[in-house]
Amino acid sequence: MPQEIGRQYKEILRQYVMRQTEQNLYAGQNFSRQLIQKNIAPEDVISIHKAALEEMFPELPMNVWHSFDLLIEMMIRYGLAHAEHQSLIQQQEEMKVEMDLAANVQRTLLKTTVPELSGLEIGLVSVPARKMNGDYIYFLSDNLVNAGVAVADVIGKGIPAALCMSMIKYGMDSLQDATSDPEKVLDIINRIVEKSVDDDMFISMFYGRYNVEKSIFTYASAGHEPALFFNAKKDEFSELHAKGLLLGVVPNVIYKQHEVKMEIGDFVVMMTDGVTECRTDEGFIEQEFIASLIHSLRHENAQTIVDSVFKELEKMQNFELRDDFTLVIFKKTS
Amino acid sequence: MGYRSSVEILTEWDIVAARQLGRNEAKEVGFGTVDQARITTAISELARNIYLYAGKGKIEIERISEGGSYGIIIIASDEGPGIPDVRKVMEDGFSTSGGLGAGMPGVKRLMDDFKIDTVLGEGTVIKATKWIR
Repeated sequence: MPQEIGRQYKEILRQYVMRQTEQNLYAGQNFSRQLIQKNIAPEDVISIHKAALEEMFPELPMNVWHSFDLLIEMMIRYGLAHAEHQSLIQQQEEMKVEMDLAANVQRTLLKTTVPELSGLEIGLVSVPARKMNGDYIYFLSDNLVNAGVAVADVIGKGIPAALCMSMIKYGMDSLQDATSDPEKVLDIINRIVEKSVDDDMFISMFYGRYNVEKSIFTYASAGHEPALFFNAKKDEFSELHAKGLLLGVVPNVIYKQHEVKMEIGDFVVMMTDGVTECRTDEGFIEQEFIASLIHSLRHENAQTIVDSVFKELEKMQNFELRDDFTLVIFKKTS
Repeated sequence: MGYRSSVEILTEWDIVAARQLGRNEAKEVGFGTVDQARITTAISELARNIYLYAGKGKIEIERISEGGSYGIIIIASDEGPGIPDVRKVMEDGFSTSGGLGAGMPGVKRLMDDFKIDTVLGEGTVIKATKWIR
């Protein structure tokens, strides 16, 4: 035990015993902060106190000194609990750093470039609820005629979901042809996922492809949220339903694709359940509400729409995302 | 090898006897009150583990000296089932959450050096050393 600490403590104690002022107590409390910084255990603090007292009042009865020994014995476990706590905090910090690194790796790994095609606007927002994202967006485009997008969601979130994502990414990487049919894309990804994922891991995926020349949006779904289609002329939304089993359940699934013709001003909204299952303290946010929110923004460009919807829903949930949130809009502009 | 004394651990009362032996030795070797309490707490943990998990074993206290420094080694040995996953019992939060108290990480913290030697089905020997600072 550094003698300096004992000397300083004795002085603080002497002052306080002489005068029980708030100022003297404050000095003591500040001193305790120093002791904590220096990792002085509680049992040592009592020992310091005892030593100071022995010097100041040597005439105190033996009973008093004995009582301190009991107190020291009692404090040993408090000291251990404190030390354990410190080490757990440090471990937590280390894990946080690791998570940040992993999230960075994930961002780099899952990076995708938003295609630029004349006549088509694309808006994208994808925000993880925790550090790692369990939603996945992948664009496949020739930047001329076809723009494809895969929107996938692993049931679950966090690290397991993120690890699962990287597999889909490699599956998508193997498909370099932007003209690939959505039903074919889902078929291939399903086979990859089925082979390499745990039985209790499920992935839903929507694949849509827009052809600029034909103005046709073709889509298929593997158990994913239906996309919303906005018909500008009729000024109404409809759901783009497509039946299909979740990815990875069985190897041979026949996914059926559907198509919809798009006119200027029409757009398709693709999302994950982080959007449709937004909750506030009062309950779920109604799908109609989201549709009306998007409706009020229909004249904005695609990116503005998704950004505004995200901001609004984030605000409604008190800035606490409960699930990964992904929203993609394909809007025909000419 | 220095002077060695020991206590057999068969019942919970033997934990107190082991503590008493450890405290006496620590005092005689020259440890201060706080370190005596630390050594005793470490002995408590080790003896308690023997009593709870091995049924019987012993705690030995050995006095040591090296280059003018003095200290003691606590040797806890049993012929119990052994520890299947040492890394796990050395993890913080493992023993305390199970309600065991300070556990092995606690013993390691209280002492300067800690060695564990365990064979499944044969038993465990733990040596924990503390020097007078």
